[in-house]
Formats: sequence, structure tokens, C-alpha cells
Amino acid sequence: MDGSIAAAPGQAEQPVLDVQDLHTVFMTDDGPVHAVDGVSFRVGPGETLGIVGESGSGKSVTALSLMRLLEEPARIVGGSIRFQGRDVLAMSRTELSDWRGDRAAMVFQDPMTGLNPVLRILRQVTEHIVSHGRMKPAAARRRGIELLRRMGVATPERAAGAFPHEFSGGMRQRVMMAIGVANDPVLLIADEPTTALDVTIQAQILDLLRGLNQEFGTAIVLISHDLGVIGTVCRRVAVMYAGEVVEEAATEAVLADPRHPYSWALVNAVPRLDAPVGARLTSIEGTPPDALNPPPGCRFEPRCPFRISRCAQEHPPLLEVAPGRRARCWVTADGRALPRPTVPAAAAAEPPRMAEAPLLEAHGVEKHFPLPRRAWFAPRGAVHAVNGVDIALHRRESLGVVGESGCGKSTLARLLTRLHEPTGGRVTFEGRDITRASAAEMRPLRPRLQMVFQDPYASLNPRMTVGDALAEPLRAHGRVASRRAAAERVAELLATVGLKPAFASRFPHEFSGGQRQRISIARALALDPAVVVADEPVSALDVNVQAQVLNLMLDLRERLGLSYLFIAHDLAVVRAFCDRVAVMYLGRIVEEGPADEVLSRPLHPYTVALTSAIPDPGRQRVVLGGEPPSTLRLPTGCAFRARCPVARAECEATPPLADLGAGRRVACHFPGAFAPRTTARLETV
Amino acid sequence: MPRYIAQRLVAAAVMAILASAVIFLIANLVPGDPVLAQLGDIAASDPATVLRWRAKWGLDLPLWERYGIFLQGLAHGDLGISIATRRPVLDDIIQYAPATVELATVAFLLSLLVGIPLGIAAAVWRDGWTDSLARAISLLGVSAPTFWLAFIMLAVFYGGLEWAPGPGRLDPIAFPPEGPTGFFLIDALWQQDWETFRDAAAHLVLPSIVLAAATVGLITRTTRAAMLDSLQQDYVRVSRAKGMREWSVVMRHALPNALVPVVTLGGLAYANLLAGAVMTETVFSWPGLGRYTFRSAAALDFPAIVGITLVVSVTYLLVNLMVDLSYAVLDPRVRR
Repeated sequence: MDGSIAAAPGQAEQPVLDVQDLHTVFMTDDGPVHAVDGVSFRVGPGETLGIVGESGSGKSVTALSLMRLLEEPARIVGGSIRFQGRDVLAMSRTELSDWRGDRAAMVFQDPMTGLNPVLRILRQVTEHIVSHGRMKPAAARRRGIELLRRMGVATPERAAGAFPHEFSGGMRQRVMMAIGVANDPVLLIADEPTTALDVTIQAQILDLLRGLNQEFGTAIVLISHDLGVIGTVCRRVAVMYAGEVVEEAATEAVLADPRHPYSWALVNAVPRLDAPVGARLTSIEGTPPDALNPPPGCRFEPRCPFRISRCAQEHPPLLEVAPGRRARCWVTADGRALPRPTVPAAAAAEPPRMAEAPLLEAHGVEKHFPLPRRAWFAPRGAVHAVNGVDIALHRRESLGVVGESGCGKSTLARLLTRLHEPTGGRVTFEGRDITRASAAEMRPLRPRLQMVFQDPYASLNPRMTVGDALAEPLRAHGRVASRRAAAERVAELLATVGLKPAFASRFPHEFSGGQRQRISIARALALDPAVVVADEPVSALDVNVQAQVLNLMLDLRERLGLSYLFIAHDLAVVRAFCDRVAVMYLGRIVEEGPADEVLSRPLHPYTVALTSAIPDPGRQRVVLGGEPPSTLRLPTGCAFRARCPVARAECEATPPLADLGAGRRVACHFPGAFAPRTTARLETV
Repeated sequence: MPRYIAQRLVAAAVMAILASAVIFLIANLVPGDPVLAQLGDIAASDPATVLRWRAKWGLDLPLWERYGIFLQGLAHGDLGISIATRRPVLDDIIQYAPATVELATVAFLLSLLVGIPLGIAAAVWRDGWTDSLARAISLLGVSAPTFWLAFIMLAVFYGGLEWAPGPGRLDPIAFPPEGPTGFFLIDALWQQDWETFRDAAAHLVLPSIVLAAATVGLITRTTRAAMLDSLQQDYVRVSRAKGMREWSVVMRHALPNALVPVVTLGGLAYANLLAGAVMTETVFSWPGLGRYTFRSAAALDFPAIVGITLVVSVTYLLVNLMVDLSYAVLDPRVRR
């Protein structure tokens, strides 16, 4: 634990970045919105600082303010930003563009949109080496290729001449990193650099960031909503809430013993792989305050489970609560710690009916999407999305399907709900074969087989009120006789998902992401389904909202006797939510079994890599190299063998999904052969 | 890339053949009898004259046979004989086309040269004075009727201020330049005849401004919208974070991405300028295809109408082909 925040005056080393009382506002018609409201921090040479907070907390606006990259209507209205002693806010436009991308660089969230689609990779990596006068074009080209190689881009010479669309998201983020470090910056600001990436690719990128810091002493400011991500890279973290830093301390300290109730909520809302099974997640109610009129006292007071009377009246300053730790809280101001959350044990759940015939079942189901011909008489290629999956969902069971993007999990969900027609295999629902059922034949079954989608913004029609959206399935299936009956049922549904019945007359844009996802769930529940297939229902949500929605879905299962097929990429969420889990890779199930067993004692090397890639400071990690192979031409033998650390000659034969007893099935010739030393702790980050 | 070009070319050829069938069919199915238009009431009242006349022009044959003859001629570059001018339609078109192509091309270049920079400036300084100016010009250009604008321009700059010459391609007493192309600007350059070049250029100013007016508005608006969209993309922010100068951010990162919709519109606009100059040509006594079309239509001169329509549709196909090819140049995602 270093003492960087102590920042005693006269400290020998000049900080790379010194932010004092930064205020950034958005000028709106209703008045200025204080997105960043008095933020201060320092980053010394070679230091790593994380900034964490939920969407709207002001963390990204802070990052953009640091580089003065804000666009209208956002404006910095107060405070100071000093970079190695230079006043950033006083720089002219020319000085600013000389400084940006040279001494201070930034990496952004979305690698899919951050690269210019019409320019070749090499030019994007090198143009600012030349424009900053660091190198002549020829030397810059050599350096560009070297940078790509250092960032782990496969065949950098070839990549250099390619265009961005020819690369996967992970590769593009490596290119973005190469752009960021091209001129050996003193400071690298990374704004959610791994949020759009799969967990194994995320681990690779985080390793790169750590390597930059350790090898080249680049100071890093890492913005993320995920404390685990920050923990793997950053020594210190600043937690932001409603435009303010509410806690600043060593990352390990915040994770182990948060001293601000909001950090406490963040830490505890995240499901963890090592938490006891069946526990509900800790969630706090409410939403962040109105940024136009923040409450006069503590901004977290309305949602705080620990509030005292002083909190509502006096705005707490950022006080030193322990050596090297500061928190903005009256409760912990005297140095006390916050209690561990009392987790209400989930109500004694009625066990899934595993002995009965499954409700929803697939045998050897396949889906190939034909591609357009590349020429008139060329053979047609196909995306092999799902390649022979056996899966069964029992009554009252929740079954998780996990895997990285492109593994076929969403396609599987759409096959099981017959939104797609399978290319091969068989699907049965409640004992009936629905593999080739027509739309008309599916219609009477649809009420019992509902779906919830990932994007709560796109899956609700913006022109329909919530009441109409919920009443539509009721009317379509003749469940209600009158408008009045529909309105009553809608009110009931809204109450079921924890929303006010009065919300029925509002439009979707008036709701937050979490509320919209509740509405989507209510819509799925409208027709009393037996099975709800949920495709990444919480992955677009902030952790606290995610905990709320997951708790709601758990409650609904108990109350309504639902069965869930839960598609997700987040293993910890699946472990918290599901009885059983199936792990998919390249359109096949590679491992299946009880969620807790599979995720705490994985047998397939891919599952081992997946569980280990979850960012969690202090845990031994296996960083899986490479990326999943193309789905256009399936590899022979074990699909995973190209990336598998323990692949042998036997793996050229396709391993069957073998039953190992105790409900576990693994498609591997050497189950359990690959195990990381789970006891070993990572050398301190 | 060569495969892409080959595919586009074959597709264009197929479209051209289909278009010829449709054009021929429609032209021959419209009600209206060229006999009346050509012979006049008195001659047309004598059935024998009418029959003879119809036989002479092949109008007594069944439709499919006429189409066969038409296709046969087409294969030899023969579009038939114009009923009104008694000359081969192709000769007529070759005679009148250069004037129109010259006018349309100048108008097209004018609208690109004004529209694109104006659109860029309007997007970069959004809500500033350039944006207001761009909006005013677009609105005026799109909404002012061509004939009105043409008369106003003539009245002010020719009649009133006497800055511009009057109608026609050249001064009435001047001789057209000898040359291979029929485009007066190019032929005059060819002959190094600067006086004729100045004269031809001066005569182009007013009609090309009138013809370009609507297109300038469309191109300005499209460029502005595409640039605003492009400037909000993440890669623009990334290039700013790299420390690129604003000029380079706008011109090298944002603009190439914004050009795709502009090229789409530009292609359509050029084809429209070629085919739609009737009004402008009439007001400015411009001896081009527009006026020829108008006269042929009035005379129900079917061979001429079919020939012109075919030329116009082939022009559209060619321009679209160019647009498709320039997509491939502008956007690497289109190349395979």
C-alpha cells in the first residue's frame, strides 16, 4: 500500500496527473447537469489508478475531461488538471494536439467503432507517430509493425495492410492499444477497454495493460464498472457516485473492506464464484439522484442502508478514514468498518423435478446459416452456429448455457423456442415434437414458452405504452375479455415485477435499463409461461440493477414455478442463478453438470480457462491464447484442441460428451487433466 | 475487385436489354397515333394514304416483329429513322447530346464544388453562420422552380446588368469550334481558340447555375448530414485523442466515411441532370437533347422517343455502375 493519496505537499516526485476539484457540466435546457462535481486525485509516475462506478456516475466524463475531449454540450467549468506540472486547461488547441496521443494517450471502450473503417491498420497506428514528429514515415512503419507484434496481433506484417473489418473485437482492441502506446506515453487512460470483449479476450487485454505498466512504467488510469477488472490492473481505486469520488483507497482494501456504503453495495452486488451457493445477491434499492438537483446532504443517503440523521442534512467531505484511505461518509468517518451483508438465505426452494420427463428437450439439434454466394456459381458457405446439441430442461429447473460470443448459445435459445427452425435434430416441448412445427402450430404453445431478450432498449416498441405492450399478448391469445380486464391484468403484472401499476400509461423511454428489463420480464410472464428462455437478460445492466433483476427472477421462479433456460456469458451470474450449467464452444456442449460443481471444479480445459479468466484479484489465472476458430469450416476432432494447453494426438478424434456420473458430462479425452494451481496466489498486482 | 467489376458489368448489360424491351413496349402501347400527328387531318382522312404511310414506317407489322426488327437494328447501332426529322435517330442524338452532356457536366461539377465544401463547413461549424448560409442556399435551390429561376437570372444578369451573354451556346454570329467531341469547351481548347472558349464558357454560366441549383441544395444537405454523423463516430474521437490536427480529423478521418451517401446521391443527380434539362434548355435556347426530346414527344416520333429513352436508361446504368465502383474505392468493406 503506497501513500499516493496522502500527497503530502513537497512530495519529491511530481505527479503525472494532478486533478483538483474538477467540475464538468452538461448544459441542458433545464439547467447545468453536474456530471463531474468536484473530483480530485493524483497519479504518480508509473502508478495505476482505477475509477469505478455505475453508468451515469461520471467516470467516463471524467476520463474525457482529462484529455479535454469533451464535446458540446459538455464543458469543464471549474478546477484544475495538471499534467507533469503543465496546466492542461490552459493549453491552446495546438498545444493540446501536440500533447494528446504523445505524452498522454487514451484507449476507448468499443474497438468495433473506434477504428476508422476506411483506413488501413498501419496508417492508423503510425499517423500520429509521424504527425508528432517522432519518426519519419519509413521508421514509423517499422515501429507500427513492431507495436502490433508487441500487442499480440497475429502476423503483424499482414495485419498492417488490412482494414479494421477484417479483425475480431479482441484483435481490434489490441490495435487500439498499439495506437495508444505508439509514442510511449507517460500516461494511458483506458475507458472500459474490455467491456465489449469476451472474458478470455478480456484477460489477454488486461495482461497487456499490466505489462505496459510493469515493463515501461506507463501510468494508467483505468475506467471500469467492474471492480474485478480494476483489481487485476490497478493498485488504487476511486469509487465514483453521482459525479463525486466517494471512496479512494488501495483496490484490495476496497474489495475486502469497503468504507463507503456505495462501494459496499458495489462489492457485494457482484456474484462471485466462491460465494456460498443459493445465496441471494445483495442489492440496494432506488436509483442515483437527479443530477439537476442533487440532495443537499449525502448523495447516497436516500438509498443507503446505514444512513444516520446527519446524512440527510450535511454533505460529507472526502475524509481520511484510515491510513491511505479516504471516504465520503459520516458513518465511517470515525474509522469504523461496514458490516458484512446479511444475506437472506433463499427461501427453501422446491427442488427441480429431475425425475419427471423434461419440459423442453433437444436431441442432436443443429443450425447452419447459409451465406450469400460470393459469385453466381460459387458454392455456398454456411455459418455452423449449432452443431449437435443434446439438452434437457426440467420443470422448476434453471439451466444456464454459457460460452463466449459466437459459441452458438443465442442460436440455441432461438432453436429451442422455435424462433429459428433447426437444420437437423429434434426439439420437443411438453412431450410434443416441435422441430418442424409451423407458425400456426406453434401459436397455441407460445404462451407456455416465452423469451426475454438482452437489450431492454431494443426489445420494447418505443411507440407503445408499457400497458399496451403488456396487454398485446393477452389480447392476441384471447386471455382477456375486455379492456378493463386487460388493464387489471397489466397492473397485476407490473406489481409482480416490482413496478408501480401507474407506470402502465408511460412509454419505454421514460424508464431506466433495469426497469425496462422488468417490463420485458412482465411481458414474458403475461401468459403464465412454463418456460422462460432468457438470453443474456442482465448483461446490459449495472451490477446493482443486475442483482435486483436476478433476485426478482429467483423470486418469480419460487412463486410461479417457472423453469428458466438462462443464456449468459458471465459464469458467476450463472452460478448464482442456475441449478445446472452447460458450457458451449463452437456450437457444441463441452461440459455439463450441476452449476456449483462445474464452475468450482471444472473438468474440461475450456471451462477451466473460462472460470480462471474472470478478473478477480489475487487468484491464479490461466490466460488462454488465441481466439475461437471460424464457424465457417468446423475443425476436425476436438474443436478446442487448437487452443487447448493439454491437447495430445488423441484429440484428433472427436471426444463424445461422456457421462462421468453425478450428473456431469464432459466432452474431453482427458477430463481434469488441466487444472490451475487454485491455491497459489498471484504475485501482488 | 476484378470479379466485383465483372459482376457489375454483366448485371448492367442484362438490365440494359430488359430496359430496351420495356421501353419499346411502352412506347408502342401508348394511345396516340403518329399518323395523325405526321400527316395532318386532311391527309389522314384518306384511308389509302394512311395505309401506305403505315406500311412505309413498318407500323402495320405485329408488335413482336417490330421489336425483332428494332433489336436487329440495335445490334448494328441503328436506332431507326426519326419520323419527324427523317434522319437516323442515332445521328440526331449524336448531334444534340454533346450540348446537353456539356451543360449537365458543368452543372454537376458546380454542384459538387459548391455543395460538398459547404456541407462540410456547415457540419463542422454546426449552428454557426456557415450552417445558416448552407441552409438558406439548400432551401432556395431545392424550392425555386427552374423556369422562374432561369427567367430571373436572364432578366438580372443578361437583361439588367449585362454581365452574362444571352441564350444559346455561343454568340449568334460566332462559328462553333471544329473538333472531335462536340463539347465546345473541349473543342475550343483543342483548337487553342481562346476567344471561342471564353464565349462558350460565358454562355454556360447562367444555364449551369440554374440547372445546378436544386442539386447543390441536395448535395449540401446530404454532405452536412453525413458529416455530422461521421464526426460523432468513435474513430473521430480516437483520432482527436491521438493528437491529430482538426483539419486532418475532418478531412482524413471524417470525410472519407461521409462520402458514401454523397456519391450515391451524386450519381443519381448527374443522371437526372442529363435527362432533366428540358426546362433549362428551352429557356436558354440550348440545342440539346432536352429540346429534341420535347419536339419528338410532341410529334409522337416513336423511333426518336425509343432511342432517347434507351440512351437515357443506358446512361443511368453507366452512372450507377460508376457509383457502385466508387463504393468499392471508398469503402474497403465492399471489396471482396
